[in-house]
This record gives sequence, structure tokens and C-alpha cells, in this order.
Amino acid sequence: MADALLRIEALSKRFGGVVASDEITLAVPKGELHAIIGPNGAGKTTLIGQLAGELRPDSGHIYFANLDITALPAWRRSQLGLARSFQITSLFQDFSVADNVALAVQAHAGHSFHFWRDARSEPSLRDPARAVLARLSLADRADVLVSRLSHGEHRQLELAVALAPRPRLLLLDEPMAGIGPEESARMVETLRELKGELTILLIEHDMEAVFALADRITVLVYGRIIASGTPAAIRADEKVREAYLGEQERQHG
Amino acid sequence: MLYFIEQCLNGVQLGMLLFLLAAGLTLIFGIMDLVNLAHGSLYMIGAYFAASFTAETGSFVVGIGLALLATLLVGIVLEIIAIRPLYGRDHLDHVLATFGLLIFFNELVRLFWGPEGRTIPLSSEMLTAVQVLPGVYYPLYRLIIILATLTVAALLYFVVMRTRLGMLIRAGASNREVVGALGVNIKLLYTLVFGLGAALAGFAGMIQAPISYVQIGMGENILILAFVVIIIGGIGSIRGAFVAALMVGLIDTIGRAFLPDLVRLFVSYSAGSSAGPALSSMIIYALMAAVLIFRPEGLFPAKK
Amino acid sequence: MTSRLNIRNCVIVVLLLALALVPVYAALSGNTFPMSFSAGVIIQAMAAVSLNLIMGFGGMVSFGHAAYLGIGGYVVGILAKEGVGSGLVQWPLALVLSGLFALSVGALSLRTRGIYFIMITLAFTQMLYYVANALDRYGGDDGLTIQRRSEFGLVDLSSRTIFYYLCLALLLVTVYVVWRLVNSRFGLVIQGARSNDRRMNAIGFPTFHYKLVCFVIAGVICGLSGVLLANHTSFISPALMHWTRSGDLIVMTVLGGMGSVFGPVFGAVAFLMLEQILPPLIRPMASLFTIATGIDVSRAPEYWQILLGPLFLLVVLFARGGIDGVLAGMRRG
Repeated sequence: MADALLRIEALSKRFGGVVASDEITLAVPKGELHAIIGPNGAGKTTLIGQLAGELRPDSGHIYFANLDITALPAWRRSQLGLARSFQITSLFQDFSVADNVALAVQAHAGHSFHFWRDARSEPSLRDPARAVLARLSLADRADVLVSRLSHGEHRQLELAVALAPRPRLLLLDEPMAGIGPEESARMVETLRELKGELTILLIEHDMEAVFALADRITVLVYGRIIASGTPAAIRADEKVREAYLGEQERQHG
Repeated sequence: MLYFIEQCLNGVQLGMLLFLLAAGLTLIFGIMDLVNLAHGSLYMIGAYFAASFTAETGSFVVGIGLALLATLLVGIVLEIIAIRPLYGRDHLDHVLATFGLLIFFNELVRLFWGPEGRTIPLSSEMLTAVQVLPGVYYPLYRLIIILATLTVAALLYFVVMRTRLGMLIRAGASNREVVGALGVNIKLLYTLVFGLGAALAGFAGMIQAPISYVQIGMGENILILAFVVIIIGGIGSIRGAFVAALMVGLIDTIGRAFLPDLVRLFVSYSAGSSAGPALSSMIIYALMAAVLIFRPEGLFPAKK
Repeated sequence: MTSRLNIRNCVIVVLLLALALVPVYAALSGNTFPMSFSAGVIIQAMAAVSLNLIMGFGGMVSFGHAAYLGIGGYVVGILAKEGVGSGLVQWPLALVLSGLFALSVGALSLRTRGIYFIMITLAFTQMLYYVANALDRYGGDDGLTIQRRSEFGLVDLSSRTIFYYLCLALLLVTVYVVWRLVNSRFGLVIQGARSNDRRMNAIGFPTFHYKLVCFVIAGVICGLSGVLLANHTSFISPALMHWTRSGDLIVMTVLGGMGSVFGPVFGAVAFLMLEQILPPLIRPMASLFTIATGIDVSRAPEYWQILLGPLFLLVVLFARGGIDGVLAGMRRG
């Protein structure tokens, strides 16, 4: 698929004796919401790490809009339009909610070698930030310190910071980790709204959310892709049932 | 040539002293994740204790024995009172707090021993040169330093490799949580490790005192070299500390001995004398920088 | 917004007023010691403020900051000795060399972090220390006396009063500039990198470049402090660059408070004042104790520094916001 926004070719990574990524090949067309599922230890976070630029693959290539980004550092990828959210909340704790999002806006508003003007009063940074916050129902928490937010609000803010610079591709690492059903449902709605606007690669354990949102699903086990296709196809796939969904069904009786 | 061999032996001697300091430092850093800028103060206190006890008892050996006990005690008390609150905090806190301790110890020494330094006199037989190799003569006491420190190193190796305590230390150096899970009394282990480090540092200070000096702030300069050693060797690795200490000791000594002459080929005599130490330090720091850039875990990292 | 009329700001105003009036007191009383002492405090405060830019706001703990005091000082000293007395040559050169040194050190050191960063900055400073020791022509480890203050034609720095007000003015300018810097786009990047460097990179900031620029700016400001210090004491020696002197700067900064731009000024004042305040306080107590118990502790006042270590330890453990934090906390009464 030559017009895929994200193309991963034979990506491999080992840590000592452990194979974290085994010849992963995947193409995500523009506008798709592609979910990656798999049991714990399947190498999902390692995959995100390599896509985001924090980990160097041992072999293979990553193409973003047909540009080979395999050797590019994380900040460069972000500048190209690739955003990433973290599974374990990674925000700026001693800053306010608005500051956090404004920083993400600032990163994409030219260089920051401006030494004089008070950045917190720049409308070109604050206004887009507030708009994103409003979208994620965090507008009334704008001036609160991040350290005082609830876990659910943290996850919202995680997403807000990733979205602020209007990325083309969003890598979401378990956005719903540890949040309750109500907040989960809201997050699913938010993601559903985003679907048309950008391309999303979603790693999630919450199967309801995955099947509700995904256009296509890829299943990763021990670093290898064992199946990839539409939700219906995945649900019916024998290998997947064995390796993953079956386990879950048995557990939930 | 003979001069070269003599300088090599001096280098080994310095290296061994550095090893004693570095071993304690790397263990404390590796196991307790603690950066201790006051480690040099224990080196200094050991030397001062030895000077006083030797003067009191008239015997250097007895003096050292008592001084070792005293330094060990100081180390243990220090750990219980001032170091324990620091575990788990970030490295900046360690650096700041132990720097405060460094200032404190300097003043404490000044209070009890006065601002002038001390000396430990050596009998003349200790300074006679003995033949170590055909045609190579070396002062007896310096030889004793090398042998004594090698013995301590061997003892340390034995303890770390063959005893239960040593196993806990090795486990702790590469994986702190494991040790806790084994149900070991962590507090006691930490105190013992710190005390061991203090004793090693103090011993280094004592044993070099007769041929060098005992004065306030003597720990500061050698402490930096010790940190360089553990970075080059690898944090938490005693083997790394040993090799790196010898390297650094040799480079520093041989550098100071031969670089001045090398410099004098190009510039003036006095420039050579003063440039020597500067250049040999630069070589060592450059080596540390290279390790940090190309092999940040050190040359012999503690196994995962 | 909370009122600006809080305890902390009042203390700042009072302190600055007191500093501004010191020369007046000197003129009236004929006692120039307070002025000389205060000039020293002002200069060290400036160095500490520059350190806090990288340490408190940037999270880069440098044990090599005293190097810039040395560079600034030695440029003035060496040029003066070689007959170049003009401040218009000395000062800019000192700043440029400080900047270049910071650029080189930063480019190498900023690839590391934590204890490694501390060690490598320390190592670079020690290198300079050894180099200075090796400069026989310029005093070696005895140091170098500087015969005349930098000449500026119009402004006569040999006048104590003029020099004093110049230092005070430069301190105020420094505080203001650093304050603007810290709240600018650049400053937010630096603070963000301290808070969460990983996320900063993830959202698109090449933090290394920004930290390096910050490092250079701090080095240049400290180089200026070094220039002033050399002019103030008319003397420069390698001891000024020893890593323990960097440690003193760090103590001042932490003691004063790393969380605000002005904090280190409190720290410098406190640190240097302790030497003036504690001995006279201890003396009567020591005399009483000696008389009462017969144990001679009459020399105890000389050992006031022995309290500094534990005091600092306590600040690190329990009052991390430093003096500034304590003052700011008083607002809530």
C-alpha cells in the first residue's frame, strides 16, 4: 500500500535473548483507526517506542508519509506530525493543565529561542491550548496544577497534550489504562470524533473500546503479528481465539 | 628505564589507594544508590586518627589498628544519623547533603586537631630501598603499601565472592529489589556496607600518611579521582574499580613523571614543571569523558 | 492574583534598599568594611543567580560553575598584567571566553545526566584549575595580583562608590533579565525539560539545543561576576576554580531557594553573613561556658562553620525551598 501514512517493514528488536519485535510488517492508510492488541509481554509498548523514536530497531524500516524515519530522533518525528501518548502518564507535574497543552502548541509554533516576552500571555499559544482543553472537557481545570488532577483527568490531559499540535498520526498507548467505565465511555466518544480528522494507531486492552472503534485490528503475540484484518475477521480467527481472545472469554466465564 | 619501573610501581601504589577509595564508593553507589561526597572525609579522618594514635602509643601498627576501629565507628554513626534519611531521595539531595557533611568534617577536624596538618614519622629502615628486581630498588615502605593494599583487595574479593554477605552485596549491586525480597535486614546490610566503605577509605588515608601528608581537605582531590575511577570502571563493579584504579594511578603517575620532560622539548623548563600535572589530569578526564560517551555503563559493568 | 504586598516581597525591597544605602553609611561613618563586604555579597549573588538558571530552573546540577568566575577573573588579570588595562577589551573578551568554555563543556556534558553530569562538569572545572596552577607567569598557585581596576575612560572604577553601584546595578539587571528569560518561551522549554525531558522530546522540542544555550547564558553571566570579583579583590587565584568553590555556590543557591529567581540572592547574603553574625553570637556564650566549666572553648567562635554543614543538611532534608520558600510560606501565616 504505497499511499499508507504509516508503513512498517520487517521491524525487529531484541533485548538480550528476548525477541520484542519479530519482523513486524504493517501498513496503516490515512484516516484509519488501527488497533493493536495482544497479551501482556507481546511487545506492544516496544513497538510504540520504536515508532515514536525512543528505541532503535535492530533491523527494518519505518515510513511516515513515504519518508524513512527509522533513524530520526523523537522530536523530529513529532515535528513531522507524529504524536504519541504515554501508557504511564507523562506530564509536566509542576505546571498547570493549560501550561502543559500550551507547551505542546509551542513546540510546533516555530522555534523557541524567544527570550523576553512572557510566553504564558501569548494568545497564539494559549488560545489553541484552551480549544483543545475544551474539546476534552478540561477547560474548567485549565489553571490547576497537574499534580492535583485525578487519574481520569490525567489520561484526558495525556491525550490533550498529544493532540494539541494537530498531528497527522496519533500513537495512543493504552489511553484508557486505569480509568473507570464512565470515563472510558467518554474517551471512546472522543476518539470516535477524532477518527475522521487524523490517523490513529491504538494500543488497548479494553476490548469493547477496540471493537467499537477500530477499522482494522492487528494481533501481536511474542513480538510477532499472528493476524491482521477487520474486527469481524479477527473475532473469527482461530489463532487469535486461542492465543488471546479465548483466554479472555474463559476468564470472564 | 629504572626510573620508569619505579614510576610504574608508584603508579600501582596510587592505583591501589584509589582502589580502596573507589571500592567503597562504588559499593555504596551500587547498592544504596547513594552519591557520597563525604567519602574523602573518611579518608582524612582515618589519617588523622592514625596520626594521633601512633603518637599516643608509639607504634604505627597499633595506631592503624585503633584508627581503623575509630573510622569504622565514625562511619557507622554517620550512616545511622545522617545518611539513612537520604536513601531513596534523588541524587541532587545526596550531593547537597554530603557536601554539607564534607564542610562539617573539615571544620570538625580543624576543631580537634587544629589547622596545621600532622605527620607520621617513619623509622629510617622503612625508607631504605630494597631490591625488587635485578637492579631495581624501591623504598621498603612504599612496597609495604602495595602489598598491604593488595592484601586488603584480596580479602575484599574473598568476602564479596565467597561469603554470604558478599553474595548479598553482589545481588544488591545489580538488583536492589531482589535483596529486599530475600527477607534480609536491609538496614543492617546498608550500615555494614557503609561501614566497610568507611574502613577502606580510612585505611587508604592511614597507610599513605607516613609518606605523604595529613591535612584538612586532603580527601577532596583524591575523591574526584575516585569518582572518575568508578565511572570508568562501572558503577557497582569492584572488578571495574580495580582495573580502572590501576589505569588511572598509572596514567597519573607516569604522566606527572614524564610529561614535563615532553613539554620541555617544546617550551621552557618551568612551563614543563607546571604543565605536567595539568596534562596528566586532562588525559584522565578525557578518558572519563570518552567512557561516558562511548560506553556509559563503564568498562566492566556490574552484571544485570 | 494574590497581593504583591507579602512578606517575601517586603524582605526583598528592604534588602535591596539596605544594599543601596550601604555606601551612604560608609560615607557618613568612615567605615568602609560594610561596603567592601556587601560588594562581595552582591557579586557572589550574581554568580548564584546565574547558577540557579541552569540548576533550579533547568535541573542541570553543575559542579563546574566556579570555572566562569575563574575565567572572568583571569582574563582581567592576565590582560592587566600584559598592559591591557581597558575594560572595553577585558570585559567583552572575558564574556566571550566564558561563553565558549560553556559551549564546549555543555556540548559534551549535556549528553549525560544525573551524577554523570555532575562529575563531568566537575572534571572540566578541575582541568581549568590545574591549567591555572600551571600558569607560572600569572602566579601559578600563588595567584595573581591585579594592580588596577579595569579602565573605562569615562567611568572611574577605582572609586569604591562607583564600583559598588555598578555591581548593584548589574545584579539588578541580571535578576530582571533572568526573570524575563525564565518566563519566556525559552524559559518554559528549559523548565519543561527539567520537569520531564522525555515528554519534551516527544512533543517536538530538541531539548539538548535549548539546554546548551541556557548553559552558555549562565556561563556568560557568571563570567561577568568573575570580572567584577577580580576587580573587587584585585586578586585572582586558581583556588577560585576549585570544585569546592562550585560547591559553595550550590550551597548559596539551595540555601536561598532554587524555586525563584531572587532566591539565590537570599542565599548569598545568608551564607556570607553567617561568617559575620555567628562568631560574635557564639563568643559570649563560649566565654561563659569556659568560665563556668573550666573547659576552654574560648576559640569556639572561630569554628562557626561547623554549624554550616549540619544546617545545610537540615535545609536539604526539610526545607528544600530554602529561605525563599520559608518566606513565601509565611504568606499563608
